[in-house]
Amino acid sequence: MTATLVVRDLCKRFGALTVSDHVSLTLPAGARHALIGPNGAGKTTFLGLLSGTLSADSGTVVFRGQDITREAPSRRVKRGLVRTFQISKLFANLTVFENFYLPCNELAGTSANMLRPARRNGAVIDKADAMMADLGLLDVRDRLAAELSYGQQRLVELGIALCLEPKVLLLDEPAAGIPSGETGIILAAIERLPPEIAVLLIEHDMQIVRRFASGVTVLVSGSVLMSGTPDEVMESQEVRRVYLGRTGRRRLAGARDA
Amino acid sequence: MTYRILRRGVHPAEAGYWLALLAIFLVFPTHLSLATTALIFALFALSYDLILGFAGIVSLGHAVFYGVGAYSAGLLALGGVREPISGALLAGLTAAALGACIAPLVLLFDGLALMMMTLAIGVIFYEAANKLTWLTGGDDGLHGIVIDPLFGVFRWSVYGYTSYLYVLGWLFVLFVLVRTIVGSPFGAALQGIRENTTRMYLVGAPVRLHLFRVYVMSAFVAGIAGALSAQTTQFVGLEVISLDQSIDAMVMLVLGGAGRLYGGLIGAPVYIVVRDWASAWNPYYWMFVISALLIAVVRFGRRGILGAADGLADAARRYIARGVP
Repeated sequence: MTATLVVRDLCKRFGALTVSDHVSLTLPAGARHALIGPNGAGKTTFLGLLSGTLSADSGTVVFRGQDITREAPSRRVKRGLVRTFQISKLFANLTVFENFYLPCNELAGTSANMLRPARRNGAVIDKADAMMADLGLLDVRDRLAAELSYGQQRLVELGIALCLEPKVLLLDEPAAGIPSGETGIILAAIERLPPEIAVLLIEHDMQIVRRFASGVTVLVSGSVLMSGTPDEVMESQEVRRVYLGRTGRRRLAGARDA
Repeated sequence: MTYRILRRGVHPAEAGYWLALLAIFLVFPTHLSLATTALIFALFALSYDLILGFAGIVSLGHAVFYGVGAYSAGLLALGGVREPISGALLAGLTAAALGACIAPLVLLFDGLALMMMTLAIGVIFYEAANKLTWLTGGDDGLHGIVIDPLFGVFRWSVYGYTSYLYVLGWLFVLFVLVRTIVGSPFGAALQGIRENTTRMYLVGAPVRLHLFRVYVMSAFVAGIAGALSAQTTQFVGLEVISLDQSIDAMVMLVLGGAGRLYGGLIGAPVYIVVRDWASAWNPYYWMFVISALLIAVVRFGRRGILGAADGLADAARRYIARGVP
């Protein structure tokens, strides 16, 4: 299997604080990998380094054979390395449709066009509509993103990423903070992702990790504690000691029984 | 009210607006000089709307492009290029070229730093215009500008008939251009940048390039507005490149409704007419009237006169929908 994303010895320091300490990770095409770790372990920082919003001090990020460690975020997106955000960063004052239109517009390269009416940009509009239909958002097509329920906002967040046709998709706690009644929609959407996309998922909920991921990497204080299958990780005494704690053990037990 | 970044077709009220501007020509033939000034400011405010209202670039130095357009047109005419349309075009291109030079510097910043940067550039150009008397005439300005008759036929009379229609023609053509740009996929991307710049980077948008292009186009339109002022008044004074001129454009735009195509086109005439009335009423306190108007519009309308009008229209619709006899 060819590796889509290869991360080697990625380091990042904020002053004296090391937030990423020689992190290495390989994602083959079609991977479903989870990144777990206690709060402050550097998971979101790691996504920032991969997507280019933060610059690495040392180490390399290789995407489909190309070194992209120093590339601008927008270039990485064009290559197909796309992330979502833990705290939704939607176009809050635009409609759901417009939230889908803008990424499709950039991906199709039509955003340089100044003379054609945007509303006749047929291929882009069709794609945005198709993507909304996929995620069950057509009912709220013309509502402002800010007016949606939190769960629907997370769907829009995911939708913006999917409009960019990612080859590697980095999901930052896509289901965090969603009322339990709504988590089903987002998990179903994640499970229906095209199989060839490699997905890296940051997630706290071990049930979701087990259901979704075939591999898990545990990050503690900016460095990799261990990598393995979900079962291996959950069995590890060390992981239990530093990360899962008492409530985690309870959740873990629940996940195993499920 | 929500911004809709994909515009629909032409609204019937738009035809009304342009017909009203034509009607002014017939109804107020003695006020055409004032009306011409209003249209020139409308064009300047429209250019400012491109960057402020649609792309979210808060600039305090937009008069630089207006001023450079005005001086260019004046100098061209004094140098012998007296054909008005090509003169205005050349002046606009000069301003656009300047915009292309300034943009990379200005667009490194946003927010407060951007405002300070544009303010500083504005002050530098004002002082330059003040000191380079051999070129600009300094405090005395450029006098004796003579323009050939329009299309070689229509003479520039003291009544301002030709001037008014000439400026109206430019305003209409450039409005159609701006309308097209704003309604294009490019315009949609600009409004995405205004709403959430970070996110636009992360959907792969070439944000800097988008902003560069709109900045240059805005400078072009502002330069034409300045050129029209030079050609129709046959004079270029220092105030065309002053901070006041930049602030005026901002006030007019906010008054009409920033981020709306007709924001400047409504705001500028209202501003000019109110200023004319108020200064006739009291030459010392007219600014007081303008300020009070601005406070009222911002307090109650938030999105300017057009925003307030939308609010009223919505309220009326709801009122009717509830079944009023």
